[in-house]
Amino acid sequence: MSDQNSHDDLVPSTFEDEPIANPGLPPHVWRPTDVDPKAEKRAERQVAAFFGLSILCAILFLVSYFVFHVGSDWNTVGGLGASNVALGVFLGGALLFIGIGIIQWARKLMGDHEIVEYRHPARSSEEDREATIAALNAGLEESGIGRRPLVRNTLLGAVGILALPAVVMLRDLGPLPGDKLKHTIWTKGMRVVRDVVGTPILVSDLEIGDLVNALPEALFPTEENGYPEIEGVELQQQKVKAAVILNRMLPDEIVSQQTLNWSVNGIVCYSKICTHVGCPISLNERTTHHLLCPCHQSTFDLTDSGKVIFGPAGHALPQLPLAVDSDGYLIAQSDFTEPVGPSFWERDPS
Amino acid sequence: MSIDTSKVAASNTTTAATAKKPSKAGAAAAWADDRLGLATAMKKNLRKVFPDHWSFMLGEIALWSFVVLLLSGVFLTLWFTPSMGEVTYQGSYDPLRGVTVSEAYNSALKLSFDVRGGLLMRQMHHWAAMVFIAAMMIHLLRVYFTGAFRKPRELNWVIGCLLLLLGTLEGFTGYSLPDDLLSGTGIRAADGFMKSIPLVGSYLSFFLFGGEFPGDAIIPRLFTIHVLLIPGLLLALIAAHMLLLVYHKHTQWPGPGRTEQNVVGFPMLPVYAAKAGGFFFIVFGVTSIMGGLLSINPVWKFGPYDPTKVTAGSQPDWYMGWPDGALRIMPGWEFGIFGHTFPFNVFLPIIVLPGLMFTILLLLPFIENWVTGDKRDHHLLQRPRNAPTRTAVMVSLMTFYGLMWAAGGNDIIAIKLHASINQITYFMRAAVFIGPAIAFFITRRWCISLQRHDNETLLHGYETGIIMRSPEGGYSERHLPVSPARAYSMTARERDELPALEGETDANGIPTPGSRSQKVKAKLATMMYADNVQKPTPEELEEAHHHVDHENELQAGLDHPADGHQFDGHHLVDEEHLRSH
Amino acid sequence: MRLLNRSAGRLSRHRRGPLAGLVVLLLGLVMTGSLYAAFSPAQADQTQSSTDQAAAGRQLFLVGCAFCHGQNGEGIKTQDGNQIGPSLVGVGAAAVDFQVGTGRMPMAQPGAQAPRKKPVYTDEEIAQLAAYVASLGPGPSVPTASDYSTAGMSDSERQAAIVRGGQIFLTNCTACHNFEGSGGAMPRGGYAPKIRGVDPKYIYEAMLTGPQAMDSFSNGDLSPEEKRDVIAYLGSLNEAPGYGGFGLGGLGPVSEGLFAWLVGLGSLVGFAVWIAAHTTRSNKKKVEA
Repeated sequence: MSDQNSHDDLVPSTFEDEPIANPGLPPHVWRPTDVDPKAEKRAERQVAAFFGLSILCAILFLVSYFVFHVGSDWNTVGGLGASNVALGVFLGGALLFIGIGIIQWARKLMGDHEIVEYRHPARSSEEDREATIAALNAGLEESGIGRRPLVRNTLLGAVGILALPAVVMLRDLGPLPGDKLKHTIWTKGMRVVRDVVGTPILVSDLEIGDLVNALPEALFPTEENGYPEIEGVELQQQKVKAAVILNRMLPDEIVSQQTLNWSVNGIVCYSKICTHVGCPISLNERTTHHLLCPCHQSTFDLTDSGKVIFGPAGHALPQLPLAVDSDGYLIAQSDFTEPVGPSFWERDPS
Repeated sequence: MSIDTSKVAASNTTTAATAKKPSKAGAAAAWADDRLGLATAMKKNLRKVFPDHWSFMLGEIALWSFVVLLLSGVFLTLWFTPSMGEVTYQGSYDPLRGVTVSEAYNSALKLSFDVRGGLLMRQMHHWAAMVFIAAMMIHLLRVYFTGAFRKPRELNWVIGCLLLLLGTLEGFTGYSLPDDLLSGTGIRAADGFMKSIPLVGSYLSFFLFGGEFPGDAIIPRLFTIHVLLIPGLLLALIAAHMLLLVYHKHTQWPGPGRTEQNVVGFPMLPVYAAKAGGFFFIVFGVTSIMGGLLSINPVWKFGPYDPTKVTAGSQPDWYMGWPDGALRIMPGWEFGIFGHTFPFNVFLPIIVLPGLMFTILLLLPFIENWVTGDKRDHHLLQRPRNAPTRTAVMVSLMTFYGLMWAAGGNDIIAIKLHASINQITYFMRAAVFIGPAIAFFITRRWCISLQRHDNETLLHGYETGIIMRSPEGGYSERHLPVSPARAYSMTARERDELPALEGETDANGIPTPGSRSQKVKAKLATMMYADNVQKPTPEELEEAHHHVDHENELQAGLDHPADGHQFDGHHLVDEEHLRSH
Repeated sequence: MRLLNRSAGRLSRHRRGPLAGLVVLLLGLVMTGSLYAAFSPAQADQTQSSTDQAAAGRQLFLVGCAFCHGQNGEGIKTQDGNQIGPSLVGVGAAAVDFQVGTGRMPMAQPGAQAPRKKPVYTDEEIAQLAAYVASLGPGPSVPTASDYSTAGMSDSERQAAIVRGGQIFLTNCTACHNFEGSGGAMPRGGYAPKIRGVDPKYIYEAMLTGPQAMDSFSNGDLSPEEKRDVIAYLGSLNEAPGYGGFGLGGLGPVSEGLFAWLVGLGSLVGFAVWIAAHTTRSNKKKVEA
């Protein structure tokens, strides 16, 4: 038992002008399991029963592990995967019943007298503090660091500058951005092809109201179209910037001149990448030509240069200028005229 | 009546347990102690006292969830491949057969479909992570509302806030590892967040991803952060958190027998160890049952991450919900500065706001300390009603948090409640400012009103529901005094004290340094304690009791003070002449 | 439980059990429900061998549709230029089959979107309406089962269709309808509805005609085979068991977070309250051992 504290200024011994004195710990009241041997035995059996249930669940877990199939032919129970349900419930039971058993043991059978322990102030004693300060001072004095500012300052400089090699070592984490963010793989004359299947699109293929998720033909290289192989990381990196959507509307519905100039028979092509933080968008409201992003609900007007009409996006959706090639397929007039996707410092806002 | 509280040990009998003869276990313990000298450290701690209250176990939920995470996480690492190299899926889940996926996604599918118990472990791991952060949050609220963060426990509060932050980051890196469509969309958003930082944004993005998004480096890097760096930091901070808890001893509620200088409760061995150990098994068991019955993050339905695909209802896990909400309701304010773009619409909600909120959270104990100037140790807890301004501040922060959180699910709310997402967004834009203000006001007045009620109870007793009729025909409700134990618990608190101020100017009329901040401090302290109801003084209590005795005397028709139990059978009244005149 | 039984525990305890009131209520509900199901009027069944379906359709159209869509399906606008009902010229039989067959039309009241409800017309009447609207202008016709069914395909062909369908679904559909087809929000109170458990014919028609605010995916955009693949994939989702347990609504992290708080944290806090609760006390005293 620790001794009473002697730092009354920091630990009040009682509350000031206590209107009611501390009545002290209440007298201990026994539990039925303390005074009645039958109740005690019953509680013991109850606790043991919980542990027994736990063992049963553990065994059922082992059985389920080998009985229920996974892989290409899952067993099911009630429309749910049997292996997962059985393993989870039985493992859970095995653990839970141990816990409940232990708690019941503590509540019913273990001693429940409240006991008292005395606190000590968090701070060290005055003597300890003085001794520590004395030791520190002795050490510092013997090192002479106080008397030798040249040694101290050059040491600090040497240790401090080590931060730079540590930071510089991280330089090769990645390449510099350069102007990679400002260009995509789209070029003049590149065909627009359907995503997943890669087939080029005739103007006559699309009805008014159609929405097509599309990509540049360069991302579907074949012998026929002659584009170079592209796969893996590079394919993903180009897809991120080059994904587009096509929407066909009545030419009369187009509001802005630029959108009209860059459309073909009412077919408009916009970047699929939201200008907020880069989620792909293809929630189009056919009747209003509003394109909604599912991530943060930025909404763009496809009839009006992709202007932002609601939500947190900061600038309009870039439009890809469309044209038609000699075979009637939709092609790009050029790359996008502004960077695609989320804004960044180097992006020119004009 | 009080009993001798100096007994150190008590067991099921009325006498202390005695040591038995040394056994095999004793021999092993002796061997260890010969080399480690543990008995010195253990002698105090084996019977260390821990007070017992359910609200003290919320931190334990977090602790045991963390253990579950460690165990299930190690299991997952035995099969997970942290690589973005492409592979054609040829596993058991037929709808994806032949699709090009990353190794990480491939291994996540393998765990889910080809490893027995693999899906269970994945789901247990994910549920435990959700519960871990939720438990930390309600533990934080409990500590704050009861004033347990005051001296000497401010550092533990700081460590706790860091644990909350690290836990959130750990969760984000964790659910991104399977490289599925939903979490990949989240990583893409994180890329957008980084790009929004002025000057260095695009560089940070390229360095983190090893090039242009998505690159092939992010999953392996997140893996290292998730299984090595953050768990290491978490373990170290949890150890420090527990160490401080043991050193300072746990706080306790005021009550009979409890003072600022003692701890009353149960000893570590056996009771507290049993309760805590049992609770570990319960947390583990509940997590396992959830993992078995409730499907979470079905990555096979999302498909592998593809930057051209997205799902409706794209949200991060719940603990990142509130910054997502902030992003959604922010208007699209993007600025052009001399040929550069500053995406303030992204920078404010996702970079500035979380940093600001976290800093405020961290500083709360120090701000309160500065305002009140309270330098004493505190080991007794306060009821939230007895610190109205503190309680109102946290409720107001919770309201802000909760509204942002709801805004993050605005599209789910829209389809479930048949509302318009546009209207919800407009509402939230106003609500996140007005709501906390209203919450602050209501909470503070509610606490003060509860304090008034407490004082009423102390001075005039509790309402019995028994209506008495006086001889003149008037009705009144009988009040009876509360028990001394309860009355003591209600008065075992300090009076609010304004911080002592030095004089404004010294003898020569020169203003003391720092007097302006002193004046601000005084103003704030006054506002903080304004309208608080203090506990009654001994004189007030005496007078009230005297008044009550007199009332009882009148009602019972006696000619001496009475205790008020004359008509309810509490004790015999045969010798009394009730209402004799 | 004293629910609905005010005399429980007050008069003689043995006259009524505490659950009596609840049992009576449940009995009453069950009886009412059964009686309703047995005696409520069934859908009037009409058989007809009509030669001029379009003419019959026009009669139905004038009664049930012309109010909003115009006497000749030309659409009606308000004075401000808002639309009461769009023009039906060229929407085709498929659109009518979808809208009327799923009960969306006739719309019970104006609103942001017509919800699915119990169809008002019989199959025969729907065919007549479809024939009439088809006669207004050329448009997509009602698909046959061979358009959207995988019957007759070998197992490996069906499997390949499901895989392709999944990729097409994730590219074109999940942005609005969610990864599981559980639906999603659109602007101003609109929504993309849940598409699970929907008849394949209606899914085909919805893709083809683009109902309400949905874009159309004409056969030049998504070929009939691709539509069939998507339908096959949705079918496989319907047939698949919940591998990990109950699906929690298929809405993703929002519902998962709700369950984590309510079920996970709720049960654990409940356990904590139990662990720290006072145990039963006894009045007896312990005799010194």
